[in-house]
Amino acid sequence: MKHKSVSIEEYLEAIYKLSRGDDLVKTTALANYMGVKPSSITEMLRKLADKNYVEYIPYKGVKLTKKGERLGSKITRKHRLYEVFLWKVLGRRPNNIHHEACEVEHGVSDETDILLCKYLGSPAKCPHGEVIPACDINVSSCQACNVELSGRTTRKENLKPLIWLSEGDNAKIKFIRGESKVLRRLYDLGLIPGTKLKILRRAPLNGPIEILVRGSRLAIGSDIAINIFVSKD
Amino acid sequence: MMHKHGKISSLKLKGKEITIALAGNANVGKSVIFNQLTGSKQIIGNWPGKTVELAYGKLNYKDNEIILVDLPGIYSLTTYTQEEEVTRKFIAKEKPDIVINVIDASTIERNLYFTLQLIEMDIPLIICLNQIDMADKKGLIINFDKLSELLGVPVIPTVAIKGVGLKELIDTALKNINRKPSKKIKYSRDIEDAISKIIDYIEDNNIVSPYSPRFTAIKLLEGDQELIEKLNVHRGLINYVEKISNKLMKKYGQPTYAIIASQRYMYISSLLRNVLNVKEPHKTLAEYLDVITTHKIFGFLTSLGVIISLLLWTFYVGDFLSSIIEKLFNYIFIASPNLQGTLFEVFINGALGGVVAGITLVIPYVLPFYLFLSAMEDSGIMTRIAFMLDTLMHKIGLHGKAIIPIILGYGCAVPGIFSTRILETRRERILASLAITMVPCSARTVVILGLVAAYLGVEWALLIYGINIAIILIIDYITSRMYPGETPGLILEIHEFRIPSLKVIFRQTINRTMSIIYLVFPLYIVGSGLIQVLYKVGIFGYMDQILSPITHVLMGLPTYTGTLLIFGFIRKELILLLLPQITGTFNLTSILTPQQIFSIALISTIYIPCISTMATLIKEFGPKDTMIITILNISTAIFIGTLLHLFYTLFP
Repeated sequence: MKHKSVSIEEYLEAIYKLSRGDDLVKTTALANYMGVKPSSITEMLRKLADKNYVEYIPYKGVKLTKKGERLGSKITRKHRLYEVFLWKVLGRRPNNIHHEACEVEHGVSDETDILLCKYLGSPAKCPHGEVIPACDINVSSCQACNVELSGRTTRKENLKPLIWLSEGDNAKIKFIRGESKVLRRLYDLGLIPGTKLKILRRAPLNGPIEILVRGSRLAIGSDIAINIFVSKD
Repeated sequence: MMHKHGKISSLKLKGKEITIALAGNANVGKSVIFNQLTGSKQIIGNWPGKTVELAYGKLNYKDNEIILVDLPGIYSLTTYTQEEEVTRKFIAKEKPDIVINVIDASTIERNLYFTLQLIEMDIPLIICLNQIDMADKKGLIINFDKLSELLGVPVIPTVAIKGVGLKELIDTALKNINRKPSKKIKYSRDIEDAISKIIDYIEDNNIVSPYSPRFTAIKLLEGDQELIEKLNVHRGLINYVEKISNKLMKKYGQPTYAIIASQRYMYISSLLRNVLNVKEPHKTLAEYLDVITTHKIFGFLTSLGVIISLLLWTFYVGDFLSSIIEKLFNYIFIASPNLQGTLFEVFINGALGGVVAGITLVIPYVLPFYLFLSAMEDSGIMTRIAFMLDTLMHKIGLHGKAIIPIILGYGCAVPGIFSTRILETRRERILASLAITMVPCSARTVVILGLVAAYLGVEWALLIYGINIAIILIIDYITSRMYPGETPGLILEIHEFRIPSLKVIFRQTINRTMSIIYLVFPLYIVGSGLIQVLYKVGIFGYMDQILSPITHVLMGLPTYTGTLLIFGFIRKELILLLLPQITGTFNLTSILTPQQIFSIALISTIYIPCISTMATLIKEFGPKDTMIITILNISTAIFIGTLLHLFYTLFP
């Protein structure tokens, strides 16, 4: 990492990645990830806590607040979308675009984010295989995003992809990413926004996820589950 | 038993019979009801122009001649899958006298989504609420009368697997012929407005649609491709629908199909509030089984264990049956290859040899295999295996469901390839079929057991199976990388475990075995005759010479292996049967090294799809892809054979 003033956003992005949204992240793990000494990040974490981005529990770790999770997912999203752009459109090799994306992500506007997402066909993963978080426009699917609307509101709750949930979690479907063919299949099976579901089982090695939805059990492959966004109960 | 595999031109044969169609989601018990009602008198056939199979059978009931049709299991009446399209077109074109919508009571909410669309088709309809015992166990108490009243459709509760309620089902069906649903499913006001506007347009302009006006209007609103293409000549209508849809989309901020799907599910939720009473479910043994079969480690072990058990069971029972049947047969006549007499006599002798080998060698392995497999399918373990192996299958460009046709291939490649139809894309079907062509089927099992297990030991036979799986994984991995395309994601319904019904298993086994006889045996028998003629004519000597650079030089095998492999193209087990005849001794170890025996057995399993398999591949995928699969088979075999030869030479 370049020696540069490491911004708040960089930290939120790192905590978001390590916590998958709202888990507790140990200070040492965070320091390791950022490549600095644990002692040197305390000040930054206090600063984040003052701004109400994180809850900082000394000696234990740090946890994103709703506000922090929102900003963390936004930055992460811009970073990964930009990487997809460099890779798919400009033909850059995935192994040396991370730092460039780190620089650019802070300057990408929300409007560019949406246009980039549409242009790239709402990709699910960055070139390194990490999930691209959902946008924060209040729509229930990418297909709905294509419907011209006069005013758009932003979503209130923070969403997580289904693949980040654990066995036994209850959640509500909020947004489904991707093309209409998959969307129609999921809708036919009753996976429509607002539907409650429960994670029954997860197959090992990133395998399918079995959910209970509308009284029936469905196994959903991880490449589809990555596109189903929920709010946890 | 009437079994035919062919096209059904029309079901209205004399116009006297009553046609009843069974429709519903997958795995709700349609086929069980079908089998219970028709017994064994069923015919499997393709509906004109489509590759999706429809089973139909006859039954006589109270002086009525009834034709029962088992439609494919689907979740919606759109046309996104072939099954959906076939079902929809079948109902519209053949106009069955009544449709029985089979519903799994234990997953009633999801099942009713399909029911609502059937009601929209405005056709004579009754509902069979099946597996009410399972619903009961899950704590779902359903008020049948209320459900019937709210949907405007008669509802009959059944437990098909035990035959409960089936008589009443047929009685109700016969009573309600020509009686259409008495209620309409109402959407929100603006959707209803849109529907009536479209219906008015259709009626004012005398536009003819294959479906009811309401169904047509709803499907047009949903953006149904088939219907839009069909009605595309009426540009005005399509534009009109587009205009209305755009308005709705703006208002709801969603595509119209999403609005309609949500409203259907909302309708179902409110309906069920009046119909369904949920109690505490019983803890069942099935749930414990579930925990084990999908556990991170035990899940893999059970998956593996079940597949290995299937194979071992097939080996041992097959071997036992085969020896008994062979003895019985030898009392009747001995059909050893005879090259004396006219070419015609030689042909007949060869064909007879094919019949005998089929009955004494192949069927004894096919029967126990299908018995075990049917039990697996009926119990629900197959979906757990698909669930556990999804990640592994993704590595070779397939998803978990593809394990089902591949396992089927261990019995016979032909039905295995047919059943790849459960996969979504052509790419997946071809990749799965490529794997199936290299899987040791019953006939190849005979070769492996007869050569390797008999002369080298069972552990070497098992090694062949292991190496074979590795080869399949590698070849499919490479092919999936060279054959671009996405693997669509897995969406698989997981059903509760249940104790398999013996009746269902036996019937399934018999049906499957019979279809092998019909599908595979004709080419197998004719081919056996022809190849014996060719043998007599004496062209095999030349063939051996032509092939010897491969068989002898590269693979280090005797030149007569060429003849064996050519015979094996007709029937794989001929490779075993002919060895003693060509070499003139039953003591194969005196003329072949253990390494050569091992090589011959392994190469026999992968070197080419047999003639019946090839015919199936051509039928399903056309000659070009069949050629590619065949070339991949041949080149893999040459590569592996050479590799083995090299290995033996380096490490004698």
